Amino acid sequence: MTDFYQVLDPKGQLLEDTRNQISEETMLKMYGNMVIVRAFDRKSIHLQRQGRMGTYAPFEGQEASQVGSAMALLPGDWLFPTYRDHAASIVHGQSMTRVFLYWMGHMDGSISPSDRHIMPPCVPIATQMVHAVGTAWASKRKGEPHVSLAYFGDGAGSEGDFHEALNMAGVFKTPTIFFCQNNGYAISVPFSQQSASRTVAQRASAYDIPGVRIDGNDIFAVWLTVKAAMERATAGLGPTLIEAVTYRYGAHTTADDPKKYRDQERLAEEWRSERDPVQRLKVYLEQSGLWNEWKETALQTKVAEQIEAALIEAESYPKSQAADMFKHVYEVPSWMVEEQQKDAIVPEGKRGVLA
Amino acid sequence: MSRKLSMIQAISEALDQKLADDNRVMLLGEDIGVNGGVFRATEGLFEKYGRERIVDTPLAEAGIIGSAIGLGMNGMIPVVEIQFLAFIYPGFEQIVSHAARMRYRTRGQYHVPMVIRTPFGAGIRGPELHSESVESFFAHVPGLKVVVPSTPFDAKGLLISAIEDPDPVIFLEPTKLYRAFKEEVPEELYRVPIGKARVIREGSHLSIFAWGAMIRVAEEAAQQLERERGWLCEVVDLRSISPLDRDAILASVKKTGRALVVHEAHKTAGMGAEIISIINDEALLYLKAPVKRVTGYDVPVPQFAIEDDYLPTVARVKQGIVETIQY
Repeated sequence: MTDFYQVLDPKGQLLEDTRNQISEETMLKMYGNMVIVRAFDRKSIHLQRQGRMGTYAPFEGQEASQVGSAMALLPGDWLFPTYRDHAASIVHGQSMTRVFLYWMGHMDGSISPSDRHIMPPCVPIATQMVHAVGTAWASKRKGEPHVSLAYFGDGAGSEGDFHEALNMAGVFKTPTIFFCQNNGYAISVPFSQQSASRTVAQRASAYDIPGVRIDGNDIFAVWLTVKAAMERATAGLGPTLIEAVTYRYGAHTTADDPKKYRDQERLAEEWRSERDPVQRLKVYLEQSGLWNEWKETALQTKVAEQIEAALIEAESYPKSQAADMFKHVYEVPSWMVEEQQKDAIVPEGKRGVLA
Repeated sequence: MSRKLSMIQAISEALDQKLADDNRVMLLGEDIGVNGGVFRATEGLFEKYGRERIVDTPLAEAGIIGSAIGLGMNGMIPVVEIQFLAFIYPGFEQIVSHAARMRYRTRGQYHVPMVIRTPFGAGIRGPELHSESVESFFAHVPGLKVVVPSTPFDAKGLLISAIEDPDPVIFLEPTKLYRAFKEEVPEELYRVPIGKARVIREGSHLSIFAWGAMIRVAEEAAQQLERERGWLCEVVDLRSISPLDRDAILASVKKTGRALVVHEAHKTAGMGAEIISIINDEALLYLKAPVKRVTGYDVPVPQFAIEDDYLPTVARVKQGIVETIQY
């Protein structure tokens, strides 16, 4: 696979000297973030299996794409994740507690930290891409140096909103970054069947915007590419389409069985052993003398503690109440909402003729 | 001060005054810039406010509405023009899954202060899919408001209220009334509240509930029956389809004891059913006769050669009134 931009190869070797672009501190942070989100992901699957969480969409295998891109962003930048991009949300500043709450079906699970713009996970496919055109457009009109980054998958490229977003962002030169994680499958349908296009990135040329295909398991390539797209965007040069080639090791969601549509064990093992995003950075850091087993043990302990603390916080968070469903439908509730709420929220034993 | 304006002029003036009043207001749509809109609602605004605020967009309804959602979330007040109501469907998902839900799913953190204006309704000899009345699609969606003016005065006041409303408003403009008549419209900025009906003709024998272009049909039928039979029909212009003005509906029915709903939308699952349901819930025992509906038929709006046969006519409304009063 040489048809994409790669900086750190799967064996942890640097293909170009990026040491003056990515600081040691950033590299260590990249590693720490990838380790914690992977642990978070595994924990979430366990919680779902134990019945402590609802259906969950795992991302293991895609850590470099999500962590690298979100780490490149600045605090004022807008993030539009899909339902598989909680690693990106966490890295951009969402608390793990909130992400747990979201997957526990809590009404407060998608509240963004007040000093960030992290949108709730977008469930329909590609629809958030046009929102990211709009928020970026507004940033530009206000003269604010912020970008809007929308995540989506390879299947999203077949949706109309994908094309409308790329087209409009190109026309109005909005500071939008379209970040595709091409993990090869839209649930079960392989990319070869999704489109006759060889790549997602090549579609950028139809809209005369830059399209870049990168190794999505190489966090250096991801980070550098997003940084370059941000520079272009804030310089008024418009959007960039990035296709990060990656792979989801697990199922589409905890309700999915990938054995039905692919040679799951062989493929997952192949990607895991040959192209894993976390392992290759670890090798590089070890070879550079920045990492060792002692630091690894300390990190793993810290990560486990942080996730446990977030889980405790989520599980002890006040439960969603029936009254919450009636809030925030409108700024001022309609008479229908007000009345139906009164009807719904009746103290025990006080329900009309049944009292 | 006021002068006589047509509905399209009143709409244009509302847009102009809100653009002047609030720099966050932006207009987006197809052919609304240099061309001034296919019905000329935005005529002259491009020259006055420039391409940054009067935006000729690509021909992409999901893209227009979706990007307007983003603009609204990030501090702008987007006013979208969709060329005809039946062209809104590519953007339907953006309206119902995102615009209507953004406040809800972010627990009030982000909201979409967007207005979608679109001409609707039959009677202008338009080509296929230029004449639909599908207001109940939108009235069914929590988080949206749906407004329909029937006069130039209300069009201006309701549009200003819609632009100032912090939630998404679907603003349906009866195409047939754009240039049908003129009336006195104040020069200044004023508001007509969303969710409030208006009794445009007092009566004691029967209440007619209608909106948009059907108001004139209802009024004409009421006038003829007053002349012919001395019956006084009350005509209530609901003006807002969502939320409905329940108090106004009930007050009128309790007074007259009879009701008729007139809408050009298809009968089944049209708003008439909802109005009857409100009457059923709270004013059943005031009724002297079943509430009748005179509506468009449950067929696609036909080609214009027979669109008048699809639409409720004065004759059909009169027949409905007679049947209800003589029940």
